[in-house]
Amino acid sequence: MEGDIANMGQFIGAGLAAIGSGAAAIGVGHVAGNFLAGALRNPSAAAGQTATLFIGIAFAEALGIFAFLVSLLLMFAV
Amino acid sequence: MASETHSAAEGAASAPGMPQLDVTTFGNQIFWLLVALVAIYFVLSRIALPRIAAILAERQGTITNDIAAAEDLKAKARAAEEAYEQALADARAEAQKIAADTRAKIQQDLDAALAKADAEIAAKAAESEAAIAEIRAGALDAVKAVAKDTAAEIVQVMGGKADDKAVATAVDAQVKG
Amino acid sequence: MADKESSGGLEFHPMDQFIVKPLFGEVGDPVAWYTITNVTLWLAISVLAVIALMVLATSKRAIVPGNGQSIAEMAYGFVYKMVEDVTGKDGLKYFPYIMTLFMFIVMANFLGLLPMSFTTTSHIAVTAILGFGVFIAVTILGFVKNGAGFLSLFWVSSAPLPLRPILAIIELISYFVRPVSHSIRLAGNMMAGHAVLKVFAGFAQVTAIAPIAIFGVVAIYGLEVLVAFIQAYVFTILTCVYLKDALHPHH
Repeated sequence: MEGDIANMGQFIGAGLAAIGSGAAAIGVGHVAGNFLAGALRNPSAAAGQTATLFIGIAFAEALGIFAFLVSLLLMFAV
Repeated sequence: MASETHSAAEGAASAPGMPQLDVTTFGNQIFWLLVALVAIYFVLSRIALPRIAAILAERQGTITNDIAAAEDLKAKARAAEEAYEQALADARAEAQKIAADTRAKIQQDLDAALAKADAEIAAKAAESEAAIAEIRAGALDAVKAVAKDTAAEIVQVMGGKADDKAVATAVDAQVKG
Repeated sequence: MADKESSGGLEFHPMDQFIVKPLFGEVGDPVAWYTITNVTLWLAISVLAVIALMVLATSKRAIVPGNGQSIAEMAYGFVYKMVEDVTGKDGLKYFPYIMTLFMFIVMANFLGLLPMSFTTTSHIAVTAILGFGVFIAVTILGFVKNGAGFLSLFWVSSAPLPLRPILAIIELISYFVRPVSHSIRLAGNMMAGHAVLKVFAGFAQVTAIAPIAIFGVVAIYGLEVLVAFIQAYVFTILTCVYLKDALHPHH
């Protein structure tokens, strides 16, 4: 019985941590959307900034990956 | 929960949990990763990258040469095109000249023919007019003769004495009027 | 997990694909550092793939490249331009190292997408070596090139003076988080994508939703092909950015 409750806690925690992935998705969408808005306003400058775009997306996504990792750790490793 | 079942012997087979966190395999992975990276590094830095750099440089040279050759050929083509244009213009001028000449000649012939025809027509018309005048004069004389005769007859029938001279004068006056 | 799997009708083993097992002998045999495992196999295949692309495909040295040579030249030009743009001319000295990283990661990622294959880059041990290798190399390089001047990376001279110590602490923390995020990003992306693929494949056991599940597998697979390249690109470009920080620490 105790184990069941502990399992339940793990799964609930994992599910909560997975919300962070959705938040990271919002962040990535924000980065990409703003890049597109700026790129449409000044297309000539857009080509030089794709590297920055990917770096920004990578940083935003890294935190989502952390949330995902916490979720996995709760599921499998605790 | 996976951790309690997880002795390296049986754990991997049944319930692995997260294999990424299985510390017993780390040494293996790291060792072989380093081997792989060193292999890739040596292959790339000793063989592949110099070769690709050489290929790209060679292609750059070839492209530069080819562009120069292409410029040359382009100039030649332009010269040839100009010559062709010149010939075309000459030929066109020639053709126009010939056409103008021909047109002038035809015009001349036409004018001559027209003049000849006009002269002929005028001659014919004059001839016809003369004939008509002759006929008209003949007809007037005949009318005068008939009128004089008729007038003399009428005067005689009425019992008078026809004075030829007076009748002729009267008829002439009537026919003229 | 074990009790849940036995009780439920559906069987999900999304993590089984990541198990490291010896290539010869029993599955449960202990794995020593020298054991030839599936990791060894797929790392070797990655190396062979890199050699096939970069050496064999370019062996003709054709002026007009064929398919393989075009791809090799494209990869070369891609990384070369990235290093040149991000790091600057003086970073080109380190181009072979960055090319090594890029080629290895891109090959490992794409090979991991083959069915039944093993994704070496989905293991934190592998990516941590890559990430920390870059981190340590860049830090040592920074101190060798700039001496104590490398510490000016943390001292933001454009900020107002009272803020600088606080910013220094933040910069320091973010500097030490770099290798962690650098390596976990790659491993996490690979692991997540492959686990999701397995979960969708698991749903295909139910006949009613099998078509949707199979469509989902196809869609996620397409996304994973994209992610495999983008993660290699991101890893490489972040390496270039860190290298730039080491060569030119002044903000």
